[in-house]
Amino acid sequence: MTVELGQVSLLAALLTALTLGLIPMIGTYTGNRRFIAVSTTAALIQCLLLIISFGILTSAFVVQDFSVEYVARNSNSLLPMHYRFSAVWSAHEGSLLLWELILAVWIAAVALFSKRLPEIFRARVLAVLGWISVGFLLFIILTSNPFGRLIPSAVEGLDLNPLLQDFGLIIHPPLLYMGYVGFSVAFAFAVAALLGGEVSRDWVRWSRPWTLIAWAFLTIGIALGSWWAYYELGWGGYWFWDPVENASFMPWLVGTALIHSQAVTEKRGAFGNWTLLLALSAFSLSLLGTFLVRSGVLTSVHAFASDPTRGIFILAYLAVVVGGSLTLYAARAPKMIQGGGFAGMSRETFLLVNNLVFTVMAAMVLTGTLYPLLIDAIGAGKISVGPPYFGLLFTWLLVPMVLALPIGIYSRWQEDTASRLIGMVRWPLLASLAIGTVVWVMQPTLGFVSAAGVTGGAWVILGSLFYVGQFQFKKKSLKIPGSILAMTIAHMGLGVFLVGLSLTSTLSDEKHLRMEAGDKYQMSGYTFEFLGTKIVQGPNYTANEGEFIVSKGDEEITRLYPQKREYAQRGNMMTEAAIDPGFTRDLYVSLGEPLDQSGQAWAVRVYHKPFIRWIWLGAIFMMTGGLLAAANKRYRRKMPAKAPVKTEAKEVTA
Amino acid sequence: MNSRIFPLLGFAVLVVLLVVGLKIADQKTNLPSPLIDKPVPVFDLPVLANPGQTMSAESLLGKFYLVNFWGSWCVTCRAEHPVVTQLARLNAVYIVGMNFRDESEDAIAWLQRWGDPYDVSLIDYDGRVSIDFGVYAAPETFLVDPSGTIVFKHLGQLTWDIVETEILPRLANTESGS
Repeated sequence: MTVELGQVSLLAALLTALTLGLIPMIGTYTGNRRFIAVSTTAALIQCLLLIISFGILTSAFVVQDFSVEYVARNSNSLLPMHYRFSAVWSAHEGSLLLWELILAVWIAAVALFSKRLPEIFRARVLAVLGWISVGFLLFIILTSNPFGRLIPSAVEGLDLNPLLQDFGLIIHPPLLYMGYVGFSVAFAFAVAALLGGEVSRDWVRWSRPWTLIAWAFLTIGIALGSWWAYYELGWGGYWFWDPVENASFMPWLVGTALIHSQAVTEKRGAFGNWTLLLALSAFSLSLLGTFLVRSGVLTSVHAFASDPTRGIFILAYLAVVVGGSLTLYAARAPKMIQGGGFAGMSRETFLLVNNLVFTVMAAMVLTGTLYPLLIDAIGAGKISVGPPYFGLLFTWLLVPMVLALPIGIYSRWQEDTASRLIGMVRWPLLASLAIGTVVWVMQPTLGFVSAAGVTGGAWVILGSLFYVGQFQFKKKSLKIPGSILAMTIAHMGLGVFLVGLSLTSTLSDEKHLRMEAGDKYQMSGYTFEFLGTKIVQGPNYTANEGEFIVSKGDEEITRLYPQKREYAQRGNMMTEAAIDPGFTRDLYVSLGEPLDQSGQAWAVRVYHKPFIRWIWLGAIFMMTGGLLAAANKRYRRKMPAKAPVKTEAKEVTA
Repeated sequence: MNSRIFPLLGFAVLVVLLVVGLKIADQKTNLPSPLIDKPVPVFDLPVLANPGQTMSAESLLGKFYLVNFWGSWCVTCRAEHPVVTQLARLNAVYIVGMNFRDESEDAIAWLQRWGDPYDVSLIDYDGRVSIDFGVYAAPETFLVDPSGTIVFKHLGQLTWDIVETEILPRLANTESGS
């Protein structure tokens, strides 16, 4: 009975979203303030209805209601309680509902925390978001209803895909969707600005904190996905240039360009149209990603159960949202280049380099992802574009960015001189060259490219730190301005990431072995001793668990217990790697297939991965920087009251 | 020309590509199995009711038979069970239940609980035969003709509609033709 209630509140949410899209929008053109005021109420009611709907689906999982088809397909009576929560978003229907819930939360947040904005502008932003929500709700209700009943009811559920029975997968999708969906706010601000016709710099300042928060969530969401792939897939890789990964990476790249171009537009008024276009693109690419993942157009290890009807729906939705916004852009974007001019050597130029690099990277990932489709479409056979293409282009595109970044930090707006800048950065430059050389001498196997990567990483980190230090010295104060601290942390994140990436890509060792109980293997100074396997019983699986002693010299470092699990309900075999994580290295053992009947000999993979944690550590830095920047006080200052309709002062912010 | 229209044009090209991609994806899912008109894969498997006894593909030559891959773990198999039962009542075709990746006790319990529509159930414990048949999801159903050739395959839940439009006509046609 209650499950139908979930469906009803979904329908009610659709009506609310329609109200939100329609009434305030009419109000902004007719000047009807009661219509405009509807936006806040509708946004909050919609959020409440979706919380109810999502809560009901969750409770169906918790109480194991196998008469609901979606529950029967993705759960099982043996499934541990915490996975029953995450099972809600483990497949297409539920993950879309999560997406929509998060959208509703963002909309409610905009309604609650943007009361300082001019009333008309704010109502338009909320109305645009309302229309985005209408599209997604229609998509769920028409093609992907998670509340469908199974008649007759199933006795037992099919179980949650074992790959997804994991902590990383509990939090990865919500964070990732926070990022994807969050870009809808920047999108709505841009559309509202275009609708208003007076594309001032103001909208950029207003949308900056929202964009930064979305970007921070997307950063950590992608990093978590990569971390999950690393320990759960059991092959020690962390990024595969898989279409689904690319789908999340494209909005990130454009989002990164966006947060930098927003800075230029807000401060200097330059790049105005470019910022508009990036704000439209970041969310458009999020939608494109959704289409690619869920339509079955591209094959991927992540693919959801694909369905052409869904594909047609999302494509139509994409065409309306992106086509509509770009038409608006073509018609309403200012014709004149605004903002002050700038010299060839200026902060504007450096940020232009940033924007070019990130946009080209995004275009390149888009091309690489869609190229197989293009080849297939013109009937030239089937190909796949893999790491060689992406890896090579990325390496080269990182060069100008890494070189320019620290200098850009020191540069002045409008005009600067090369000699002044070189003078400013000479110490971090020399220090990073020294570090790179020393590391290369100590580790000759590193090779030139990776040594250059370490140097580049050190250059970015030291350049950023030195800037803060110098800033402190000049101001003679210990208080670092929030925006500078945020920028420094985020940029250091890039440096940490680069160092980790360079070191782990060339210094890693891996070996595929046949091991019997008692066998020892030496690698990178560590001895891995295999003690044998035993059977262990999990809540919904049986596993062969191996035991390994890892020692260095005579000292035992750790014991590792990799598992080969068989999940009874689906009959899936899963590799559960055992990892000893460390700041400077990971030791990683995974169990392959048994190689003889008696179960004595096993295929074993052993990895030594130096500095691999730094890749995700870098992402944590970036996220922290993004959130700190968003928390900056100046975004919370009251706007000058030049709005035509004054904001009601009585409303209390929750 | 107004340069601000270029993003829109670029997007239009992208949409065309995606429409074509969607069409291709659609064709792929409707692609007939490569096994159609090919001989049925060789198998010789223990009988569920009496594991001491085995049954091979050769011993089934000379009559039409349906191979239905199922498992007690498979929710959709449970959903299609009434259709298989109804088909069995017609006695129109010999039905082989291919119990794959399943524990025999569970399979027997399942059949006892819901009723056994199969003329015989075979144990494909490690799923090796299912791989030979190219099965990647359950249920999947194959129709094999008297010469041992696969003439029809259905992926997913069998519906009565499919039985009437795809399976029963094939039985009638070939019989009157040969």
